[in-house]
Amino acid sequence: MIYVTRRAEFSASHYYHNPAWSGEENRRVFGKCANPHGHGHNYTVEVTVRGEVDPKTGMVLDLKDLKKLVEKEVLDLVDHKFLNREVPVFATTIPTTENIAVEIWKWLAPKLNLGKLHRIRLYESADLYVEYYGD
Amino acid sequence: MVYLTRRYRFSASHRLHNDALTAEENARVYGKCNNLYGHGHNYVLEVTLAGPIDPETGMVYDLAALDRAVEEEVLDRFDHTNLNLDVENFRQRVPTTENVCIEAFNLVRARLTGGRAAGAPNPAHLAHLARVRVEETNSNSFEYEG
Repeated sequence: MIYVTRRAEFSASHYYHNPAWSGEENRRVFGKCANPHGHGHNYTVEVTVRGEVDPKTGMVLDLKDLKKLVEKEVLDLVDHKFLNREVPVFATTIPTTENIAVEIWKWLAPKLNLGKLHRIRLYESADLYVEYYGD
Repeated sequence: MVYLTRRYRFSASHRLHNDALTAEENARVYGKCNNLYGHGHNYVLEVTLAGPIDPETGMVYDLAALDRAVEEEVLDRFDHTNLNLDVENFRQRVPTTENVCIEAFNLVRARLTGGRAAGAPNPAHLAHLARVRVEETNSNSFEYEG
């Protein structure tokens, strides 16, 4: 079994808000992340696929295909976007780094033809990242 | 289950020396790290928590509470100290980065009150300390999972 990781970057804005709570409660829980005008990050996503090496090609999958898939299924949706307003799922799901990683998993996992999605690692900054393994 | 990792930094000096060994043995085992006057590193501390996403907040853990816990339990104790002389945890224990990693893990875990997200908006929400990783230099790192 070999693990192949592809890294990609996107920039987006977001804010944290739970509509079930008062403005005051949102500010208390989420602090400056509750500012409704949003704020932004340069995100780095690492997509790890696992699989066997194909003896004909020496590869698990064609990395160009993975790059295109990540562009189409992830970057086109989120890059240079205000996540809360422009990405439908985040109208109802708070776009925390945790939830973004889970959504990226859901977008990519069913689209992979070769290999299995193993991990999504999403950096919000160099000092903060989350990892999701699909369960 | 989502894993959340946060990176912190501290700077400290240490000397690798075991009183139970002779001067010669210490010099052989620890090499230049046995230098009588000590030496220092810029350490990187990575703390990883694991847990379900709290549906109310979208978060695994309250990051501000994690920062407070790590600052008070580890960084305030270790940063800008001589680990051998200034830190209780290393009076009887050689401050190798292996031991720094284990002590940091135990200090943070004790603070996270049995796995409960102290300070998290929903106190019933559970996250646990999954791993501590310490980089002594860009080339050396150590991980401990308890």
